[in-house]
Amino acid sequence: MIRVQNLVKTFGNIQAVRDISFEVNAGEIFAFLGPNGAGKTTTIKMLTTLLKPTAGTVELDGLDPTVAQGEARKRFGIVFQDPSLDDQLTAYENMELHAALYKVPRQVRKERIERLLRLFELWDRRDDEVKKFSGGMKRRLEIARSLLHTPKIIFLDEPTLGLDPQTRNQMWTHVRKLNQENGVTVFLTTHYMDEAERVAQRVAIIDHGRIVAQGTPAQLKAQTNADSLEQAFLVLTGSSIRDEDATSLDQMRSIARMFSGRR
Amino acid sequence: MNAIYVLWVRQLKRYVRSRARIVASLGQPMLFLLALGFGFGPIFRRAGQGSYIQFLAPGVIAMTILFAAIFSGIELIWDRQFGFLKETLIAPVPRIAIMLGRTLGGATVAFVQGLIVLVICLIAGFRFHGIAAVPAAFAFMILIAFMFTALGTGIASVMSDFQGFQLVMNFLVMPIFFLSGALFPLSNLPKILDVLASIDPLSYGVDGMRGSLIGLAHFGMTVDIAVLLIVTAIFLSAGTYLFSRIQL
Repeated sequence: MIRVQNLVKTFGNIQAVRDISFEVNAGEIFAFLGPNGAGKTTTIKMLTTLLKPTAGTVELDGLDPTVAQGEARKRFGIVFQDPSLDDQLTAYENMELHAALYKVPRQVRKERIERLLRLFELWDRRDDEVKKFSGGMKRRLEIARSLLHTPKIIFLDEPTLGLDPQTRNQMWTHVRKLNQENGVTVFLTTHYMDEAERVAQRVAIIDHGRIVAQGTPAQLKAQTNADSLEQAFLVLTGSSIRDEDATSLDQMRSIARMFSGRR
Repeated sequence: MNAIYVLWVRQLKRYVRSRARIVASLGQPMLFLLALGFGFGPIFRRAGQGSYIQFLAPGVIAMTILFAAIFSGIELIWDRQFGFLKETLIAPVPRIAIMLGRTLGGATVAFVQGLIVLVICLIAGFRFHGIAAVPAAFAFMILIAFMFTALGTGIASVMSDFQGFQLVMNFLVMPIFFLSGALFPLSNLPKILDVLASIDPLSYGVDGMRGSLIGLAHFGMTVDIAVLLIVTAIFLSAGTYLFSRIQL
């Protein structure tokens, strides 16, 4: 479903992604793990048409996202690390807007929105403005929305960040259900290794822009003589702490957090 | 086409829902109208220029549209911070459609604000030349709204946060307003002010509105229309270009 070959991305003289290759099979849940600044987000951006690779090829459901940008965008859904909802619109309006942007045929819109909102247990709150939603509800709404145009792949970038254990658990139940019942391929990143171990069929670990290991969680554990994926991860990536420079985007996020209560 | 329409509707919904914003944005024009309009009224009359309210009202309406339009454009920064911009930029929709949808929405909101202030001016005693003045005045209001929404969107496209917003207000928007002849007649000005006023695009908007509403144009309405159309086209193209370069 996704095939990445010798992918490279450089920003000036910084090599963010250095020659990585991997494949994600149709219908599997694939976890892409790595410490902060390892190149996860850059890779996701290249997979989802947001960045052009410096070298190498990406194939998404048989398409080259750098060439067939519009067509590729219809094939995947994405849930970003930060919220991307309009919080002055209702849950239903957010869904409707997405349906219109992705040209979901008018005849199926209503019924599909209802099915997804019910699936993610948001139907009763459909006419509430999103600003009244909790973090978990917003995340659920975003996943529901990303499925509205029936993508074959969904990208989940740290979908459980900042959620309590109950909500996280429920989130993964939903993701697994989707994967099993609708055969959606899931590409996810997370910092919670136990979750990756539980949910993902295959895992790739990226560090300093290179893939340092890939395989099933069991294979990675065997390879490193570890009892858990978390241990295997630490063996493979070392235990030093990675500091990312705060970018203006990070500053914006903190301002947004400050203001979001007031708006 | 569809994308343009839904983004336009979105902006209107947001406008109607934020009542605080509607009320807050009417405070300033009312203050200008009442304090300056009635405060300077006697002097203006003594100088033989007639009623200052008559003269000032088109300027205050133009000012309202200017501020509302710039603000609508700058709203892009909010959308970037609250994330909604990503949802639109990753959709299988050409960037230009997103830019046009946003600009149309913002301009509509700014025009509506202008209409509300026009009604307030009428209540405060402003009278325009018959109903025939309305279509031309509306055309100028719409042009002003478009021009400055496009400008605001262009600026917001290159601004990553709100740090620069104050800078834009003090060194761009305020001068555009104060030098435009919204508050004073453009005839017999000192040379430097005359030059500044004639390179300020809002001058032509205010002049066109004054020309259509009270029959008092400095540059002439043909010149006004021509300048506004050209500047709007430039701002729209520049805005679209800058918007197309936004990276997530």
